[in-house]
Amino acid sequence: MPSLDDLKKRIKSVKSTQKITKAMKMVAAAKLRKAQENAEKGRPYSQKMQNIILNLTKSISDPQNAPKLLVGTGIDKTHLCVVLTADRGLCGGFNSNICKLAKSSFKKILSEGKNLKIITVGSKGLDQIKREYEKYIVKKFSFKDKKQITFKEAEIIGNEIINLFKKNEFDKCVLFYNNFKNVITQIPQAQQIVPADKNPTKENEENLSYEFEPEEDEILEDLLPKNISTQVFKAFLENAASEQGSRMTAMDNATRNAGDLVDKLTINYNRSRQASITKELIEIISGAESL
Amino acid sequence: MSEKFTIEIISPDRSIIKTETSEVVIPSFEGEMGILKDHIPLITFLRPGLINIKTSTDQKYFVEEGTVEFSNNNLLILTSTAKEVTKMNNKFIDALISESEKKLDNNEITDKERYLLSYKLETLRNINQ
Repeated sequence: MPSLDDLKKRIKSVKSTQKITKAMKMVAAAKLRKAQENAEKGRPYSQKMQNIILNLTKSISDPQNAPKLLVGTGIDKTHLCVVLTADRGLCGGFNSNICKLAKSSFKKILSEGKNLKIITVGSKGLDQIKREYEKYIVKKFSFKDKKQITFKEAEIIGNEIINLFKKNEFDKCVLFYNNFKNVITQIPQAQQIVPADKNPTKENEENLSYEFEPEEDEILEDLLPKNISTQVFKAFLENAASEQGSRMTAMDNATRNAGDLVDKLTINYNRSRQASITKELIEIISGAESL
Repeated sequence: MSEKFTIEIISPDRSIIKTETSEVVIPSFEGEMGILKDHIPLITFLRPGLINIKTSTDQKYFVEEGTVEFSNNNLLILTSTAKEVTKMNNKFIDALISESEKKLDNNEITDKERYLLSYKLETLRNINQ
């Protein structure tokens, strides 16, 4: 049985932890609003870009000579996995969900006898992945010092991917990130960006014959590298919103747990105080009776 | 029937403008291109220049690159560099000009880059006048 003093100290410490988690929740909620707005604003750009590419793909005349970024290298030997995670912890299962998904596909790639290359973005993912897969990591990025991730950062990564592709370092590239659905649900996702995903979306089934200026190939060559950066940027935005959402829920839970704990400890504290008072009373009364 | 169509300029982080207009001039890669209502579906990309949206007053945007799609009387411009000309100050333009001049002096750039840079310079100088 802990002494009264010990209980008092514990209650105090739990209360101060609760204050911290509550503050973190508030901060996350404020940041979430902004991040969510950004993610929603960024969606049309990447969607429309995808649409244009689909339209182009449909009308391409000579699939044999189409840019490699679109149709792939024709072999399926080396996979490049780009894992996007946060730079900070304390956000529930956010980082580990991405890593779990990434690791399971790493395993699959390796068991099929294919080569694996990994690019990590964000320090938390790097920490989790390097334990088992350090030798496969070809490049790591971290934008810890940046307050807000802009298109420039996405372009850095996009260019890196394109450079590797030009050097024939990989055949297939997959992005891992959390898709922001709403505040409590974030879905870890694997999105293939090279070769470009050619599955038509529903809204895009109408077939229009476009006029191209200059030729299709030239437009594609200009557009495809841009599309990679755009997809990376979209993943960044979704990730940022997911991170804050995940942190908010995690911190909300922590605050509630701390509250429960404080209640329990307080009851304990009161009980043992009452017990000691009763004990003292009994001692006094029985002392008086014996006189 | 009105002679207007919608134009939308979108950058990766936000939608810059969405409005109705009767004519837009865009600096397409192979030359300036005027677009009116019921233009045939078109996909092209931009070189540095000015997008001129002709409403009651002209609205001009400076772009360095971008992708354009026109379909169903919807003009969609995707660009990460659009800036409204009235919001650009001289200092900013001068910085851009000297930066591009420096790049042009470099002999290692390709013809395509040279072509793009010279258009960028020309447009910027015109704005600055």
